[in-house]
Amino acid sequence: MYDILIIGAGVSGTAIARELARYEASICVVERCEDVCCGTSKANSAIVHAGFDARTGSLMARLNVEGSRMIPQLARELDFPYRNNGSLVLCMSEEDLPALHSLYERGRNNGVTGLRLLSREEILALEPNVREDVTAGMEAATGGIVCPFGMNVAFAENAAENGVEFRFGAAVTGFQRTADGWRVLTDNGPLEARIVVNAAGVYAGELHNMVSERKLRVIPRRGEYYLLDHAAGGFVGHTIFQLPGQNGKGVLVTPTVHGNLLVGPNACGVDTLESVNTTAAGLEEVRQKAENIVRNLPLGQVITSFAGLRAHEEGHEFIIGEAEDAPGFIDCAGIESPGLSSAPAIGKMVAEMVRDKLLLSQRKGFKATRKGILNPAALSFEERQKLVARDSAYGHVVCRCEGITEGEILDAIRRPLGARSLDGVKRRVRAGMGRCQGGFCTPRVMEILASELGIPMEEVTKCGGRSRMLAGVNKDGYAEGDGHGAV
Amino acid sequence: MERCDLVITGGGPAGLAAAVSAWEAGVRDIVVLERDQELGGILNQCIHSGFGLHTFQEELTGPEYAGRYVEKVRRLGIPCLLDTMVLELSPEKVVTAMSRERGLFQIQAGAVILAMGCRERARGALRIPGFRPAGIYSAGTAQRLVNMEGFLPGREVVVLGSGDIGLIMARRMTLEGAKVHVVAELLPYSGGLKRNIVQCLDDFGIPLKLSHTVIDIQGRERVEGVTLAEVDANLRPIPGTEEHYRCDTLLLSCGLIPENELSRAAGVALHPTTAGPLVDESLETNLPGVFACGNVLHVHDLVDFVSEEAAAAGRSAARFLSGGGARGHRTIPLRAGKGVRYTVPAAVDPVRMDEEIVVRFRVAGVYQDVSVVASCGGEPLVRKKRMIVSPGEMEEVRLKRADLLAQPDAEEITVALEMKA
Repeated sequence: MYDILIIGAGVSGTAIARELARYEASICVVERCEDVCCGTSKANSAIVHAGFDARTGSLMARLNVEGSRMIPQLARELDFPYRNNGSLVLCMSEEDLPALHSLYERGRNNGVTGLRLLSREEILALEPNVREDVTAGMEAATGGIVCPFGMNVAFAENAAENGVEFRFGAAVTGFQRTADGWRVLTDNGPLEARIVVNAAGVYAGELHNMVSERKLRVIPRRGEYYLLDHAAGGFVGHTIFQLPGQNGKGVLVTPTVHGNLLVGPNACGVDTLESVNTTAAGLEEVRQKAENIVRNLPLGQVITSFAGLRAHEEGHEFIIGEAEDAPGFIDCAGIESPGLSSAPAIGKMVAEMVRDKLLLSQRKGFKATRKGILNPAALSFEERQKLVARDSAYGHVVCRCEGITEGEILDAIRRPLGARSLDGVKRRVRAGMGRCQGGFCTPRVMEILASELGIPMEEVTKCGGRSRMLAGVNKDGYAEGDGHGAV
Repeated sequence: MERCDLVITGGGPAGLAAAVSAWEAGVRDIVVLERDQELGGILNQCIHSGFGLHTFQEELTGPEYAGRYVEKVRRLGIPCLLDTMVLELSPEKVVTAMSRERGLFQIQAGAVILAMGCRERARGALRIPGFRPAGIYSAGTAQRLVNMEGFLPGREVVVLGSGDIGLIMARRMTLEGAKVHVVAELLPYSGGLKRNIVQCLDDFGIPLKLSHTVIDIQGRERVEGVTLAEVDANLRPIPGTEEHYRCDTLLLSCGLIPENELSRAAGVALHPTTAGPLVDESLETNLPGVFACGNVLHVHDLVDFVSEEAAAAGRSAARFLSGGGARGHRTIPLRAGKGVRYTVPAAVDPVRMDEEIVVRFRVAGVYQDVSVVASCGGEPLVRKKRMIVSPGEMEEVRLKRADLLAQPDAEEITVALEMKA
């Protein structure tokens, strides 16, 4: 019996876990996938929104502004990549100028600092690849970019280090009320807790509706993206948005903290909570929309495309709080954009809610800092020389495109809540995330995983479950008497 | 900082042949830096035969061909550092490299030969929509797993792209017990060698569907199927032509890209078509003393020609190191004319060139009964007849020094196809 069971190891769930780890309580995070950061948290714009977009007075607006203020310091404490590159909202026609001005006003009313209206010339001086027919724009100096995997993993590792338990590969299938709280059924056995926190991303609506008659509608809305090579990383310096219109925020063009260029997303309704496939039409829409704001977009440098689902709540608001007719069941639902930016504030808000409900006291010895995976590329020549002399695994480059060494991969696997799959390694250290997309390093990373996890090569997966990389060994299909004869 | 006359980045067929020829031309202070754990590069995974017909007049497997050069390099005592990744090359020819054994180190090179080879175009760059499950491999990655490590990536296979590696892997997967359902090719012709289509597909009854591509990949965890469609003349999928294949594996053989990140960062100018360095007749890049050869320069079909080209680079580097072969007073640009996509080299210096040089190029389409013509100021210098040319097979034409010296006012040499009237 736990005091608190958090469902979902995405950025919201782990931010909550990390904040709750400040208190005396037994806490467990249960996750249906094999790793943290496997749902919406891994496939999004990787943006720290300044907070001018959400409706003034909404929970979304408050948590966005608060979260984006928390992230720079958290990035230092928890050692994840973040950069304050600033964002620009572009107004592409005279008719939209009033909308730009009201966005500016809304931002100020939301408490966003560092907003500035810009003329066409000022924009083009800042960003020469913006289309010349831009009319005006707004700069948000506090806008930033973050590594979504890095932030999610950092929350989780720090929570684990402070005593939070994690259970992977257990999907929640139902709930039963108990005298003390909840019995949570999973496909990997039941768990009990006094308080349940529902941070299940696109599944949060379904889970809520299992316990409550006041139904929530969380609708998956797919966004598709292009990721471009480092060679295109300097195409823009700011995160470039188009003035929000009828269909959400339009597409953005932004550098990433790792020096790539990211373009997307569109917004498309989908049938299932697993529809993370890209489509030709969707990617074409992204291209067209991007070309509405920038020129000469170097799409020849695309190294991959991907899709993520937004957990869109029909009222377009974060639903955070105890379900009215299900005491001890706390929802954290509808966490779509700006969910990543808001995550630290969501974590704090939910943790305080739970603290007050369970009358939790501060835990002595909470460790607020965490050291991330060492990045040798960030060291000076001499420092790096010393590192390799100390541990030769840092002298062996495995992923040539991103320059990732065996030392970093071993660290990614060996640390608490370490990687268990190729994607797990990729999200933590970017091996396989470069321009060849794992063409050269995949067999090497598989070997390291097999050796570290003590499993045969055939059991190494891309992302857990049935995603095995290999079918078997050569000629193992030639069983005796199958007509092929001995080979 | 260590110094070395000649640093060769890459110990594949290009790097090894360059090392041998530089030695034979008198260079004694050479080091080959190889990122893999053994020499030979991609040849080590090419266990099929067909290598060496030009170089050795016999048919060898990839490892055997590589072995010949590895043996020569060993016999000459040329140092080769394995498991050594070059991290950076500076315009001043300082090479920064790293390995487990030697740690992070720098070498001031007198000359550098770039021989890093190429990489395969990945699914992302092809922008194939669908899910992103396990079971999507570039053909070369699958080739390494099967041929060097003994693992079968999948049992029910669709291959997209009819490049040579894709064709070879269709056969290999079949031999190892997988079922290869189809090879689809976006273009109306194959990018592979004719002999590979016959020996790898036809002989095994594997259908080749030209003007077809993959328009969807199904399966969330592991590939469960792909959808093929026919494409129109603009390479757009034609609605109504979709065909579904159940499979657990999609192999991609859709082109190779010279791997020039190191070169680009050093300031080496690249060719927009080949994505390899722009070189002159000595295979020298815009950085004096930095040469390029093999697949890092432009993607070859046959390793024999890589060896030949690399040997020329080795000789050029030797000449550079001995203080000879300064660039002459003028270089004549080579222009890719009608039906020709590019030429390597992209310029010639008639003063310092050898008596004869090979100009290699690829054509833009499949053409029959054509003449390859190299001309200068409207005057043909060379003309040769070809029954059939296709983009999948590299072409060559040879230029003679005497011919160019006889054209002191030449502003440009054009290599073009003359179609039959």
